[in-house]
Amino acid sequence: MSYLGVFLTFARNSLIRDMTFRANFLIEFISSTAWMLMNLGFYALVYRYTGNIAGWSKYEFFVFISTTMFVNSLVQAFFMPNAQELSEMVRTGGLDFALLKPIDTQFLVSLHRVNWSSLGNFVIACLLLGYALPRIEGYQLSPLAVVLYPLFVVAGVLILYSVMIALAATSIWLGRNQSLYDFWFYITNFSRYPMEIYDGAYGLPLRWAFTFIVPILVVINVPAGIMAKPILADNPYGPWLAVFAVAATVGSLAFSRWVFQRALASYRSASS
Amino acid sequence: MLARVQTWWIIFRICVEERLVYRGDFALGTLMRFLPLVTQIFLWTAVFAGAGKGSIVGYGRNDIIAYYLLTTITRAFASMPGLASGIGRQVREGEIKKFMIQPIDAVGFLLLARIAHKLVYYAVALGPFFLVFWICRDYFPGWPEPPVLAAYFASLVMSFLLGFFLEATIGMISFWFLEVSSLLFVYMLFNFFCSGHMFPLEILPQPWQGIVEFLPLKYLAYYPAAIFLGKVPPEDLVQGLLVQAGWVLFFVIACRAMLNAGYNRYSGYGG
Repeated sequence: MSYLGVFLTFARNSLIRDMTFRANFLIEFISSTAWMLMNLGFYALVYRYTGNIAGWSKYEFFVFISTTMFVNSLVQAFFMPNAQELSEMVRTGGLDFALLKPIDTQFLVSLHRVNWSSLGNFVIACLLLGYALPRIEGYQLSPLAVVLYPLFVVAGVLILYSVMIALAATSIWLGRNQSLYDFWFYITNFSRYPMEIYDGAYGLPLRWAFTFIVPILVVINVPAGIMAKPILADNPYGPWLAVFAVAATVGSLAFSRWVFQRALASYRSASS
Repeated sequence: MLARVQTWWIIFRICVEERLVYRGDFALGTLMRFLPLVTQIFLWTAVFAGAGKGSIVGYGRNDIIAYYLLTTITRAFASMPGLASGIGRQVREGEIKKFMIQPIDAVGFLLLARIAHKLVYYAVALGPFFLVFWICRDYFPGWPEPPVLAAYFASLVMSFLLGFFLEATIGMISFWFLEVSSLLFVYMLFNFFCSGHMFPLEILPQPWQGIVEFLPLKYLAYYPAAIFLGKVPPEDLVQGLLVQAGWVLFFVIACRAMLNAGYNRYSGYGG
């Protein structure tokens, strides 16, 4: 309960801060939305020339894109600004103050800032989902999908969070990790496509590695598959992929927690 | 005259050395920048498999991959990270004053600094670029004819000049607005979509394709790549290059005019 209370205070303070610079908030809101709409425009163009991409029809793929937007907006709103700040805190010694507070350090550094403007994409994603779903041929919304979809979106967010915080924690060892954001972008870039496109002699090992070693391919694919297709019928791994996604979420969280604590143990304050 | 050349030479050397400080990080960063290309290859393979035909708007799968690879080269010439926002910051913080006091031309200084940065970039990035292009050599249809290749290089060099003067012109707007970051963002967005950075421009339906045809943005990514891949008919090459040169000239003049007009209304905020 007290952790929830602390988080709500963080969220409230961030909102107040964002609202102090309203024009900036609006610009960030519009810009993050514009990028996603452009991305959507690209696929709308591509689907003029093809009926499906790796078994995903146009509107199924729009569901996939809206899932990407859901997951990314949540990650960017809650975790991205904090992970970026962590490496800065390590460099400047600001982490000392976080360590002194009577609260779990990982909780504090992961959540103390909420970037509200990133939630703009969340709204757009809702609209896109509502637009795309009824247009899928022969689509029937199952109650099971409605229940499972948000759960697996959250699971996806948690997997990405784990990757991110583990990467950010490495800055404790490295002193500074400026290319963190780049690296993050390039890794998650793989997750933003249907896993079926990774095919052939090079694609299959890649798919396997990004599913079972670093499980970023399940992040979007599982919830999108649950929503767009009859409970993952077309998936190369079948419904087992969803079961695996749950295990992967728990596993990644535990792993990132372990990495974070190991990193903290070797933290030498940069003097403050 | 000699003194003038010496001044420019020293400015150039300082900029080169400034840039060489982080070369290791730089080379690694360049190599990583090709990672999204891996997913592009898989994506387009899937698109062509789904379409069930060998070519889309005249591009085969290999052509598309080659196209993306070539646009990375054009972008290496035409993209000017931090140029307009840098000018904006100098105007806002008053740093631009030094160009009014010192006998150094602001645009000339910026151009020289940018050339120095680009040269260092090419020297360091040549390794990663060479590696990636060698790995991907099978996607290319082969070397074009020497005249086409010459046109390609001419277009590349002009894409650098166009990119520089276009973005400098946008930066000069900060004399009027002080804060240009949101304007820059809109420009970046259009640039990404209309320059051909995201896809070959032939994919756009009419009337958009016709509109983009008339914008200078296509010379910042699409045009040189299209020349290399033989998408521009040889008889149109000269005309195309002339139009590109015309755009460069236009922005050279626009940039200068904006700078002069800006100096006239500048009132020197900050220290």
